[in-house]
Amino acid sequence: MIQADLNIILPEILLAIYAMVALVGAVYTGKDRLASLMTWVTAVLFVLVASWIGVSGSGENVAFNGMFHDDAFSRFAKVTILLSAAAVLAIGQEYMSRRGMLRFEYPVLVTLSAVGMMMMVSAGDLMALYMGLELQSLSLYVIASMRRDSVRSSEAGLKYFVLGALSSGLLLYGSSLIYGFSGTTLFSGIIEAVGHGHVSLGMLFGLTFVTAGLAFKVSAVPFHMWTPDVYEGSPTPVTAFFATAPKVAAMALFARVLHDAFGGVVSQWQQILVALSVLSMFLGAVAAIGQTNIKRMMAYSSIAHMGYALMGLAAGTAFGVQSMLIYMAIYVTMNIGTFAFILSMEKDGQPVTDIQSLNMYSKREPAKALAMLILLFSLAGVPPLVGFFGKFYVLRAAYDAGLVWLAVLGVVASVIGAFYYLRIVYYMYFGEEGEVLDKGRSPILWGALMASAAIMLVGVVNLFGIESIAQAAAATLVN
Amino acid sequence: MIGLEHYLTVAAALFVIGIFGLFLNRKNVIILLMSIELMLLSVNINLVAFSSFLGDLVGQVFTLFVLTVAAAEAAIGLAILVSFFRNRGTISVEDVNVMKG
Repeated sequence: MIQADLNIILPEILLAIYAMVALVGAVYTGKDRLASLMTWVTAVLFVLVASWIGVSGSGENVAFNGMFHDDAFSRFAKVTILLSAAAVLAIGQEYMSRRGMLRFEYPVLVTLSAVGMMMMVSAGDLMALYMGLELQSLSLYVIASMRRDSVRSSEAGLKYFVLGALSSGLLLYGSSLIYGFSGTTLFSGIIEAVGHGHVSLGMLFGLTFVTAGLAFKVSAVPFHMWTPDVYEGSPTPVTAFFATAPKVAAMALFARVLHDAFGGVVSQWQQILVALSVLSMFLGAVAAIGQTNIKRMMAYSSIAHMGYALMGLAAGTAFGVQSMLIYMAIYVTMNIGTFAFILSMEKDGQPVTDIQSLNMYSKREPAKALAMLILLFSLAGVPPLVGFFGKFYVLRAAYDAGLVWLAVLGVVASVIGAFYYLRIVYYMYFGEEGEVLDKGRSPILWGALMASAAIMLVGVVNLFGIESIAQAAAATLVN
Repeated sequence: MIGLEHYLTVAAALFVIGIFGLFLNRKNVIILLMSIELMLLSVNINLVAFSSFLGDLVGQVFTLFVLTVAAAEAAIGLAILVSFFRNRGTISVEDVNVMKG
């Protein structure tokens, strides 16, 4: 019995053991001299585990009496999380080691947070959910304040910690109410206790608190206030990490709680998600316009993107979950390319994050400017790039679920949002001659940027087949 | 007779005090940590009260997990606070304002 359970969570156990061995091993041997090596080893390990999960996993396995679910949905999310974390480690390694920021704890903490995220997306119980979420969050607080000599970095960590702890508190209070009114913490028991149609007041309060807590983690408006500061203050590779893997994990967890535990009462949570979605899309689009710092702008951009992903969830159907998964996979790919570009922005060896510094960038580096142009168009959702298909899927999910006005608002917000992406394109191609950025010299960043841009072009053909995989994943969650 | 409602009322009151402490406090980051602790502990009261009311042990197991995580969370919060104090020389909430947001 226990043997079968352990076999199911073998990938998580493996990563957790690796993290602890790496931590102790590095402390007793080379410490920070090993940091670059460890970063690469961790990235390779992530890719190996991701391909292991993706290739060998099959069927729906439940471990520990329903606390842990290994199904197509969790595998889709885990592969996305691990691959994006590996890509972020790879693109950030040189940036950090050149500035003496790369400590051996960084890959260890990233691994631990990845384990937490894998627990989150597989959770089948409120306790498993909470423990996974906290493992992820606690690692992220430390990573955010990793630059100990920088006021901004430690301030970002402090803000993230305080608001993250608040959201954990809300989530826990909701969990305790759900436990009290259903008598169990298992999602499979909760969905039976909740039933269909009418929900007791206590349960409704619990659901609302849990939704609010999770909305914090995906940085949906009105629970977004930590995002711009944390994105700006953290070192750029860390920002790239925040913008990718944890967002996928939190969104997948959101879908799992709503469908596994509250799948019978879609109408009760649909309106909350619709409100979160509309507010996120509009605030993200409008507030990004005034930003001069590209990292802050990406923070508002990610808020807006979360709004679209929530629109898919708000549909409350299997197609909605499928569209959300596709959207998140596309979003992560675009963001890795964009952050590879931001990491390569520097002047005299110092990182630059001012949008104005991109003036006439196309003259000096036409290839990179063109790749960034493709990514920005894709982020804005301009057809025929892949980013457009992500938006198309969530809009169709909302439309099919009868939320026509939500889909219309989504289109309006995406038109507003296109402005600030296109403004960067304007600076790169038609701006005034200003300060000159250094020529990028990192082949990894160049490769990541080009690969991401190429995916945005080539993926138009069939989205690399993720559509059917996401469909199978969504089918296991919604029934 | 003290029933379930009384425990829930106390827990709700503590939780709200915790949230207000987080938002209204302008003085000291340590008070933020105390408010967070208050929120988590009020959840524990809730869980134990429900557990005893339902005659089900799961709630108390959950409480133990929450206590453990709360300890880890406080440790990390204090560590970040120390690193912030080293850079900024103050732990006043009003001075956590290098970035506007």
